[in-house]
Amino acid sequence: MITIGVLVAVSATLVWRRDGMKGVLEILAHDLTLFGGILPRVLAGCLLGAFIAEILPHEKVSRALGPNSGVKGLLIGAAFGAILPGGPFTAYPVASALLAVGADFGATIAMVVSWTLIGYGRAVAWELPIMGTDFTLWRIAISLPLPVLAGALGRFVYVRMYPKDEVE
Amino acid sequence: MSAALLIDIILWGSVAAVGFIAFQRGPKVLKASLREGSMDFINIVPRIALGVIGSGYIAAVIPQEVITGWLGPNSGWVGVLAAVIAGAATPGGPVIGFSIGAVALKAGGGPPQVIAYVVAWALFAFQRLLLWEIPFMPARFVWFRAAVSIPFPFLAAAIAMAIGRP
Repeated sequence: MITIGVLVAVSATLVWRRDGMKGVLEILAHDLTLFGGILPRVLAGCLLGAFIAEILPHEKVSRALGPNSGVKGLLIGAAFGAILPGGPFTAYPVASALLAVGADFGATIAMVVSWTLIGYGRAVAWELPIMGTDFTLWRIAISLPLPVLAGALGRFVYVRMYPKDEVE
Repeated sequence: MSAALLIDIILWGSVAAVGFIAFQRGPKVLKASLREGSMDFINIVPRIALGVIGSGYIAAVIPQEVITGWLGPNSGWVGVLAAVIAGAATPGGPVIGFSIGAVALKAGGGPPQVIAYVVAWALFAFQRLLLWEIPFMPARFVWFRAAVSIPFPFLAAAIAMAIGRP
């Protein structure tokens, strides 16, 4: 929080020195609009995360996505990340909820990486119009194996870094 | 219908669907999760306010030419490495990240370098880690995930080099 605050303050000062008060206010107005637009989605994301944490049965999640869930758990995590609607305001609360109800780092990494690389939300809203269809489809095809690989690597490193957590 | 509206509909539809499941489990479950979700929301808003309202300034002081300059054509693995660093350093939201990628592509940047840039930006743009991921997730998980993700932009570039452009 403090790091970000300092970073923002320094950047704002630089903008002010370069563009004056007008530049500072222009950016502020733009960002305030953005913030207002995002706010309801943040609420939706928090509610989604809370509901999911509440209704998912812990034993089933830890069996399906836990440390011993194997490649299948990574695939489920990746598939879940790919279909998850919304932006960072949904993906991170939901990922956090999964961790809380028994998913391991590996499956959660697969989910987050899949959301960020394959998730359709960002691809449809931003990448297609800006980068073009060819590049986007090509990029997504290349990215397909990455979430499961990242999850597998995460799990592999995790059990070696924190051997105490390896129970069951 | 715009893509953003469609995404909003899917998003709130999902909230309604899981909310209904919670409601079926009884009003206590529904109330508990509503309270939990609202508390998360209240806790997170100030952090996001700082991030979103401040991010414009961070984006304004990092010149885009510097980032696109690193992704030059025929830059090989050095270019890929530069692309990964540039992707991690790119501030701002998806518009900025993809626009820089599109500019680099148009300016003659190699597709493997551009794909490394886009993938690195998606995986660990520092601003998204700090503003979005850290507030919502345990910090230990975030750093661990970012560290584990480091090889993957390089892998994406290697695959891109191997299969070539469509």
